[in-house]
Order: sequence, then structure tokens, then C-alpha cells
Amino acid sequence: MRWHPPLPLLGAWLALLLLLTLTVTLAYVPLGHFNSSVALAIAATKATIIGAVFMELRRRGPRTFIFAGAGLFWLGILLWLGMMDFMTRT
Amino acid sequence: MPNRPAFAPQYVSTRHRDETAELGMWVFIATEVLLFGGLILAYCVFRHTYPEAFAAASRRTEIAIGTANTAILLTSSFLVACAVDAFTEETRKICVALLAGAIALGLLFVLLKGVEYAGEYREHLVPGIDFSFDDKFANGAKLFFLFYFVATAIHALHMLIGISLLAVIARLTWRRAPTTRHRAALHSVALYWHFVDAVWIFLFALIYLPGRAS
Amino acid sequence: MNEDNYLNAGYTLRSWFFTTDHKRIAILYFASLIFFFFIGGAAATLIRIELATPQADLVSSDMYNRLFTMHGVIIVWFFLIPSIPNTLGNFIVPLMIGARDLAFPRLNLLSWYLFMLGGCVTLFAIAAGGIDTGWTFYTPFSTLYSNSYVAVAVTGVFIAGFSSILTGLNFIVTIHRLRAPGLTWYRLPLFLWSLYAPSVILVLATPVLAITLVLIVVERLLGVGFFDPRIGGDPLLFQHLFWFYSHPAVYIMILPGMGVINELISCFSRKAVFGYKFVAWASVAIAALGFLVWGHHMFVSGQSLLASLVFSFMSFVVAVPSAIKVFNWTATLHKGSIRFDAPMLYALAFIGLFTIGGLTGLFLACLAYDVHATDTYFVVAHFHYIMVGGMVTAYFGGLHYWWPKITGRLYSEYWARTAAVLIFFGFNLTFFPQFILGAEGMPRRYHVYPPEFQMWNVLSSGGAVILAAAYLLPLVYLAYSLFFGKRAPANPWDAPGLEWQTPSPPPEFNFETQPVVTRPPYQYTPDFRAEPQNA
Repeated sequence: MRWHPPLPLLGAWLALLLLLTLTVTLAYVPLGHFNSSVALAIAATKATIIGAVFMELRRRGPRTFIFAGAGLFWLGILLWLGMMDFMTRT
Repeated sequence: MPNRPAFAPQYVSTRHRDETAELGMWVFIATEVLLFGGLILAYCVFRHTYPEAFAAASRRTEIAIGTANTAILLTSSFLVACAVDAFTEETRKICVALLAGAIALGLLFVLLKGVEYAGEYREHLVPGIDFSFDDKFANGAKLFFLFYFVATAIHALHMLIGISLLAVIARLTWRRAPTTRHRAALHSVALYWHFVDAVWIFLFALIYLPGRAS
Repeated sequence: MNEDNYLNAGYTLRSWFFTTDHKRIAILYFASLIFFFFIGGAAATLIRIELATPQADLVSSDMYNRLFTMHGVIIVWFFLIPSIPNTLGNFIVPLMIGARDLAFPRLNLLSWYLFMLGGCVTLFAIAAGGIDTGWTFYTPFSTLYSNSYVAVAVTGVFIAGFSSILTGLNFIVTIHRLRAPGLTWYRLPLFLWSLYAPSVILVLATPVLAITLVLIVVERLLGVGFFDPRIGGDPLLFQHLFWFYSHPAVYIMILPGMGVINELISCFSRKAVFGYKFVAWASVAIAALGFLVWGHHMFVSGQSLLASLVFSFMSFVVAVPSAIKVFNWTATLHKGSIRFDAPMLYALAFIGLFTIGGLTGLFLACLAYDVHATDTYFVVAHFHYIMVGGMVTAYFGGLHYWWPKITGRLYSEYWARTAAVLIFFGFNLTFFPQFILGAEGMPRRYHVYPPEFQMWNVLSSGGAVILAAAYLLPLVYLAYSLFFGKRAPANPWDAPGLEWQTPSPPPEFNFETQPVVTRPPYQYTPDFRAEPQNA
């Protein structure tokens, strides 16, 4: 029974913890409006790492990409058209 | 690996079956994205309307527990990914141990969440039950904590479902020789678990981080 | 009837209620949907009887609110949304693609149980005292003021939503992964494109409805919520979330109907559907664009002018793929050898009624006119032309077309044609006067009205009686055919689709040998070889 964690998984895990430290640290640095952009950008990076490595998307073809992206694309529609009303009310 | 019981008649091979199951899981995840999506829209709308109140309310959340929980969940995801890799005849005990670790971390997450909820109750931050906040920000803060409780409660529910599914797989793998069918099941549950992890990453950024610098 | 088929594979209750055979699950859905259709229809009948006179004589205003809510909730979520996908779709999809079952048969059964559970919870809410919010559950009325069983009814719809999601998921994966060898995407019958597209909507829109309903229940239980204006919440947020689901849901209802019409038109004019790729991609375009138009339900609600303009524009755009379909059906008829069997009569009725419904939709997409028509009978007439005139007609057409395959029996052609004509006549008599009423300003959801509206209302109520009778008619002759109808041959319409290449009713696993597809769909012989099926 000899088994070692595969390097990509290990690397992804360490990168995720590193990004977590980074995002919490940056949250306390005053950047004005950029604080939330930075937080979301780091969150998106983390989610991408999880998708690519843990969920094995890097080994999948275009069909799985489309399936994985469809939810996000439609979330984008919901947020875009939904927010359009609230941001342009007079 | 022995293939028992045989695949259902609508498939031509076990591989065909397993790939189909994986595709089905991705469709389900797309559904789940939109389930949380409705809440995210509500969050965006009210953060846009009450930016200061949201910052003030966010500062009242327990960032220590939030950060710890994020690390816990990331690690449990790592363990589940490892368990998928270790799912072979020879390393099946290791696979079970990894799953047990992931389950323990999942339970720890839920436990810490409970501690956090109790703390918020003591600090009068539960809308509709016991809520008081600086008058200037009371409305926006109420909406923030409403989002906080609804979103994290639904997320915790997903955690509990995931923990139960991981436990079922761990038990099956422990008791008999692994089959291709179990591998497919583990694969689907792992996808679900990673998705729940990814949702938390965004909830963490939306709930705990705003307003810390000001 | 061939010896071994799915119907005589087992006679126990267990063999039905724990089956994973897609054909038996389709039959379970058939039976449940007939039940819900007649409950919703009964409510509609009471509404029309009440509206025959200007004053209130049958029901109180409170009771009237509960009636139209019950009609809407039951018909939308427990009949229209599942109608074609879960009955005809469930039965036909694996047969059409040459598969032995759907990809996830047990999920399919679970979907039926969730549907029935949701239905029972909703019926309980109705029996306990009803809901008075209208099927749209608008806040803040539904969350703060309504003293009816909103939380229970919403729970029922929530559960039924998951049934829809599972069905959509099953169809998407099945159409991707289980097609017979040689059955490429462009060789798929258009019915499958028209089921694939709404399945995407089911999967991506229904969860938004689910979370919205959760938020309503939370708000009712806690007394605070996102939609509560007293604490700075926004009731319009509810409308955005609700219509993000409920407008695409209209396309969930109509797209499968359009899919059925493709099959019927090409079969009974003995021609391939004109412009296959355009019709196929029009389905996808309708599903995708359908997500971008929801705000046209909110033109007078106080949303921003820019939002209204964008939603209005997108609503006009979505008419383009719908029009492509109508034009291509007419072009398919051109120079075809047309035969007016009962399914064809339903298909032609669909084209006419859908066109009227679609064109009046353009009136409502227009910002200026919509201000006048909002919440009037014009809107009621418009969406009934789409959902009842379009969708229910297509459902009946498909039911007649595939009835010999499903049951192995032939129905009475004479009575089927009579019912088709009666439905067309009764429907128009019921709903056309409502356009006029709406244009004259009669608001919806009131049980009394000024006496000058009475003539049109009497016409409409009279039409409703004919329509109700016409809907009961198929129940009688189709039930009769189950026991006394002639045995159906495998291919009564002389059609080339895979579902017709296996015996009627099909064997338990659909095909004796795995079919292989070598040519595009709709390769009809120019003339019918089969005799008209006059039972």
C-alpha cells in the first residue's frame, strides 16, 4: 500500500491556501473600491483552480467546458439584466 | 476491477455509462449555480443600494471563523480529490482514510458554523428573531444578515448532503472490493463536493471581506 | 398486438409504481396530468360562469381570487410545464433516438414522485382554503398581507420544480449521449431539438424560481425579507427573479408544442420540413433569447426606463425565430400532398392560433401600447392563445399522432376530427372576444364589470362551454379505443422515424436490435401507402 498525493493536487491545495491568505490580507489594505474587485478576482482564481485541477476540467473536452460554463453564463445574464434596472433607476 | 453489477441496457459500455453520469453531474451543477445565483442578485442589488450599511454589517461577521472554515473546506476538497486518485484495489484503505478525513473536516465546518450562528444570536444580529444595529445602518444591515443567514444555511444544507454521500461511498469502499460503479459514484460525489467548496469561496468573499479596510 | 410489449410486461401495482421504463413513467404522467388538467379546467369553467353576468352571483370576490389562483397554479406548473416533455417526450425521446431508455431511468421515476408530492402539497393548500395571490405570488401581498395558504402552495411548486429540473437534466444528457449510431445532430427529428432547448431552460431557470420561493417562505416565517419595502427591501426584486424563470417558462411550454407540429406537418404533407437547420436553430435561439426579455412583464412596475427599453427591444427580437418557424411550416405545406387526418387538423389549428398569439405578443412588447394593455383581458387573451391555443392544441395533436404507438390501438377518426374542429371553434369563441374586452379596458382578475362589457363576456363564456365539451370528447373516444379500438400496425402513418420502426406498442427495451441511422429525417414517400386509419 504505497500511495503519494499527486503533485498537481498538492500544488493546487497549497496555491489555494496561499490565495486565501492573500485575500484576507488584502482585505485590510485600504484600496477604496478596488477592495471588492480584488476579493472577487481572487475568489474567481480559486474557483478556477478547483475547477481545473480538483474537478479535472483540464483533462476534459469542449463539451464538458460548455456544460460547466453554461451555469456561469446564465448567472451573468441574471446579474447583468437584473442589475441594469437597479443601476439606472431615476 | 470487477464490473458488478453490469451496466444498464441503455449504455454500450461501462465507460459510456460513467461519462454520461459525469455529464449529468455537470448539468446538475449548472442548476445549482443558478440556485445560488438568485441570492447573489439580491446581494448585488442591496449592496449597490446600501454600500455603507453592508460594509458596517460585514465588519460584524466573524472573519476568524470564516477564514478557518475556508481553509478547512479547501483542505477537505483536496482530500476528496486525493481519494479519487487513490481509488484502486491496492490503495483502497488509504482512499477510505482520505474520505474519513474529508468527512471529519466537513463536520468541523458545520460545527464552527453553528458556533458562529450562536455568536451572532448573542450579538442580536438575527433578523426577524432578535436584531438590533446602529440606527443609521439598520435597514441595510438587516438585509445583509438576511442574505448571510439564508445563503450560509442553504450552503450548510449542501454540506450535510455532501457529508452523507461521502459517508455512503466510504462505507461501500471499506466493505467490499471497489467496482467501476463505485468509482463513478465517488467521482460524481467529488464533483459535487468541489462545487460546494467553490460556492463557499464566493460566499466568503461577499460576506466576510467587505468593509475591513475602512 | 405483438406478444411481448411494455404494457403486458407486468400487471402488478409494483410493476407500475416502481418501474424505471420510460414508457410506463410516461403513462403515469399521462394519468396524473389528465387529473390536474380537469381540476384546473373546472376552476376556469367556474370563472367563466361567474363572468357571464356583470354582477357577482356565483362566488364572492375572495372566492374568485382563490379560483383564478388555483386555475393558474395548477395549469401552469402541474399541466403546461410537464405536459409534452414528461408524457410524449418521456415516451418518444428514447424511441426517436434509437435508445433503450433515458440516461437516468431512476431519476426519471424520482421526477414523477416529486411531481406527485408537489401536486399533493399544492392540492392540500387549495383544499385547506386556497391561495389568493394569483399564480405570480407578487410581493409584498404574498409575503406580508395575504391570509391564505401561500407558504404551503409555494412549497408544492418548489417540489414540483425539482421534478422539472430532473426531467430537463435527463433529456439533455440523453440527447447528448444515447443517440443511435449514425444519428448526428442534424439527423435528429426536430421534435428533439425542440425538447433539448426547453430542457436547458428547465435546468437553468427553475432553480431561480426555487430560491425565490424559499425567500417568500422565509419572509412569511420571519416577518422580514428582501421584498419588504418597510425595511428598504424591494418588491421589484421579486418580480425580476420570478420572471427570470416565468418568462422562459412560457418557452418551456410552447417549444415542445412547436416540436410536435414539425412532426405532424411533415408527416401529413409527405415532405421534409422546409429549412431544417433554420427551424432547429430557431428553437435554440428562442430558448436563449427567451432569457433576455423577462422585464416586459414589468413595464408599468416602476423599473428604470433603460431596462424597459432593452427588454422591449429583446422582446421584438425573440419574435424573429418564432416567425421563422411559422414561415417554414407554411413552406413545408407548399406543394405537399396534404391529408387532413385528425393530428393534421390540430397542427393547422396550432399554426393559426399561435400566429394570432404571437402577433398580439408584439403589441405587448411595444412599450407605449403595453401601458394601456397591462393587466387587461388583452394580456389574458394573448397568453391563452399561446398556451392553450398553441400548446394544448399541439399536445392533443401529438397525442393523436402517437396514440397508436403508445397504446397499440386506433381511435375513431371521425370523432377525433370532430373534436379538433370543435376545439378550434370553441377556443376562438372563448378568447377572441377577450382581445376586444382588453382593448376596451376591462381589467383582469375582477369578478364584476360594467354592464357594457357583458355581450363580449357572454360570447366568451358560451365559447368556454363548447371548449370544455370539446376537451371532454377525446377523453371518451380515446378511452373507448383502449378497449374496443382496432389493433394498430407498427407504422400507421407510413412514417420514416425510428419510433415507427418498432412494433406498436413497443417491446420493453424498445428495439430488438440496435437501429443504425444512415439518412436525414423526414424522408417521406410522396404519397401515403398506408390507408387512412378510419376505425
